[in-house]
Amino acid sequence: MQRTTMDLWVGVFVITGIIALMILSLKVGNLNVYNPAQSYVITGNFENIGGLKIRAPVKSAGVVVGRVTNIQFSTETYDAVVTMSMDGQFEFPKDTFASILTSGLLGEQYIGLAAGGDEAKFKEGDKIMKTNSAMVLEELIGRFLFNKAAEDDSF
Amino acid sequence: MLKQIISGIQNIGHRAIESVWRLGVASRFFILVLLKSGTSLRRFDLVIRELYFTGVLSLIIIVVSGLFVGMVLGLQGYETLQKYGSESAVGTLVALSLVRELGPVVAALLFASRAGSAITAEIGLMKATEQLAAMGMMAVDPIARVVAPRFWAGVISMPFLAAMFSVMGVFGGYLVTVLFIGVDEGSYWSQMQSAVDFRFDILNGFIKSCFFGVAVTAIAVFEGYDAPPTAEGVSGATTRTVVTSSLVILGLDFILTAFMFRGVS
Repeated sequence: MQRTTMDLWVGVFVITGIIALMILSLKVGNLNVYNPAQSYVITGNFENIGGLKIRAPVKSAGVVVGRVTNIQFSTETYDAVVTMSMDGQFEFPKDTFASILTSGLLGEQYIGLAAGGDEAKFKEGDKIMKTNSAMVLEELIGRFLFNKAAEDDSF
Repeated sequence: MLKQIISGIQNIGHRAIESVWRLGVASRFFILVLLKSGTSLRRFDLVIRELYFTGVLSLIIIVVSGLFVGMVLGLQGYETLQKYGSESAVGTLVALSLVRELGPVVAALLFASRAGSAITAEIGLMKATEQLAAMGMMAVDPIARVVAPRFWAGVISMPFLAAMFSVMGVFGGYLVTVLFIGVDEGSYWSQMQSAVDFRFDILNGFIKSCFFGVAVTAIAVFEGYDAPPTAEGVSGATTRTVVTSSLVILGLDFILTAFMFRGVS
């Protein structure tokens, strides 16, 4: 086979390989959605994180605005400290409410942010003061039964 | 009776020594190939010629099997997921299983049987027809001139082939689930994109395929170079290449997966 044709085919092969890698990272993966280069880190203390995992999304109004990067247990306050890396282009007021929600009935858990009305915005290293724990089914049933019993007593 | 037992133990000992010795020879050969790779960098056209034979000619089988593996994954995934009413997660299933495991592993298995066996047969036959000895006579180092370019061509083409396999698989899954069955196109891509992470999934799959490329081509060139210079010896070496590399790929895959994905979500 001619040298130039061989070179051509190898060139086509390498270019298709690189294109395949780019499709994988851009179209299949989420490299374009979230750019950690310009981001800020905030933390929040939660009484109970339920099934929240590292790399879970942080959403506001359903849009992914960041990711959970670390979950630790604090021995000072005896609750979970969740560290979130937020996309730099989204700023949130300081009185933003963070709660742990579940997507769908069996879906993964994520942190939902509901923006408040404060003028001051979150900066690097800030702490979310208003948090809401994950919904634990047993506690919910327990509370329901307790209320039911209280109702029955009043009759 | 006692004699038989002793000879049986001797047999086991002999085989153990033989296999350790062979592993040692293979490692020394591997280091020798790495040391003598300078020529293939300086004369890169040698590598390009081998890239054509190992990479370009493997494209058809990789692309077609990737497409069909993706289509089957889509069909089977849909069958199970629709029982739970979450057929929109089929994109996640297809993409994650391809990018993490099937892409690198199946592409490497195909690569071992398509290109690895060809490399072994070529080098073995060169040895049997005394071409390697003739090169040595002319002061051309056969490892630098014949073995190293084939080794590097295999190492370079393996990650590309694995990436193409994954892409074709995702496309095959898209064909079957979105176009034929009618899963929503938006949820197919968006659920996939939210679940597949660049570092944890795609980069780890890429690293895996690099490891497999080194393992498969190292085994192939060693078996070829080490083959007894007879027709029977070359055919045995070719078989050994495919069997050994397949086993090494599967074993290596388990070890790499244990290191990469343990403790991640």
